[in-house]
Amino acid sequence: MTGWLVASVGTVGEGTYFGWDGFTIQSGNLIVIVVMIILFVLALVLPFPGGKRRK
Amino acid sequence: MSAHATPRPGTPADETDAHTWTGRARRWLLKKLPPDKLLPEDQPSYVASWSYVFGMGAIASLLWIVISGIVLGLNGPQWYHVSSLGSFVNSTHLWSVEFFFIFMVVHLWLKFWMAAWRGGRALTWITGVLSFVVSIVAAFTGYLLQTNFDSQWIAFEAKDALNAVGVGAWFNAANVGQLFTWHITLLPLAVGAVVVLHVLLVRVHGVAPPLEAAESDAQLLHNRRESTQPPGYTQPPESTESRDAVR
Ligand code: HEM
Repeated sequence: MTGWLVASVGTVGEGTYFGWDGFTIQSGNLIVIVVMIILFVLALVLPFPGGKRRK
Repeated sequence: MSAHATPRPGTPADETDAHTWTGRARRWLLKKLPPDKLLPEDQPSYVASWSYVFGMGAIASLLWIVISGIVLGLNGPQWYHVSSLGSFVNSTHLWSVEFFFIFMVVHLWLKFWMAAWRGGRALTWITGVLSFVVSIVAAFTGYLLQTNFDSQWIAFEAKDALNAVGVGAWFNAANVGQLFTWHITLLPLAVGAVVVLHVLLVRVHGVAPPLEAAESDAQLLHNRRESTQPPGYTQPPESTESRDAVR
């Protein structure tokens, strides 16, 4: 019994890392950054639904 | 006793002669944020764009963070670290945090590239920065509450950092009980307070027009006419209110 707050040991994997000489990034972080960039671009180019209706 | 007549109870105090702090506060609040600005029924047509949606996305995620967090806190770690339903709710808490930060950062980028601090909106920007910083600390304490090897690692890195800046006597990142209090009460309240301020400031100033909005844009002219400026006074197009606005 290691204590009431302790999560089961071994739930954390090693993680996958990508790297190009000198630069490394963990897969989760890379995914989040790519998703944010995609959302940013989509917010600029996608038309807003129902926007025409008003005025 | 003062010579001037006190208004009869129930009569709306004449807004020019409020002489108590409550009256002055009410007058100030109503001037800064009249009900139709606080809860507007429509918005200029340029607001019909995805670039104005992400702030609300962050709020929606924050709501789920708070709701799921309350469920987690009330049931306790024996539940959320052991039972499968507990783990599931714990996961939705984590994923709403991921969405919260994703929406917040996209929101930040969008507001940065439209220079949304124009027209006296500097405080809106600053409260945005504050909410970002406070949210990072809140997320950090949440990370530590996973109480796994990752948490142990960053808790001890953080302990060194806090000791290095000389505040280790008050903040102990390796003390789970202390972290629990920070994570479930103080930091959520702080994030909530900053967000409320941020959104109220957006309402006070009205939504920032896009950069390319023309000086002659009918909606901007309309807003300007409502303001209290003398005829002939021209404001920069981004400002939809009088010049003595809260900065
Ligand atoms: C807790 C995170 C945040 C929440 C919940 C939030 C929420 C909102 C909402 C609902 C709006 C109005 C709608 C919109 O334009 O999207 C807004 C506007 C704004 N936000 Fe945030 N925000 C957050 C973080 C930030 C950050 C990090 C920044 C920048 C450093 C920022 C800067 C601004 C600015 C300048 C405006 C005014 C835009 C205008 O007047 O049109 N916000 N925010």
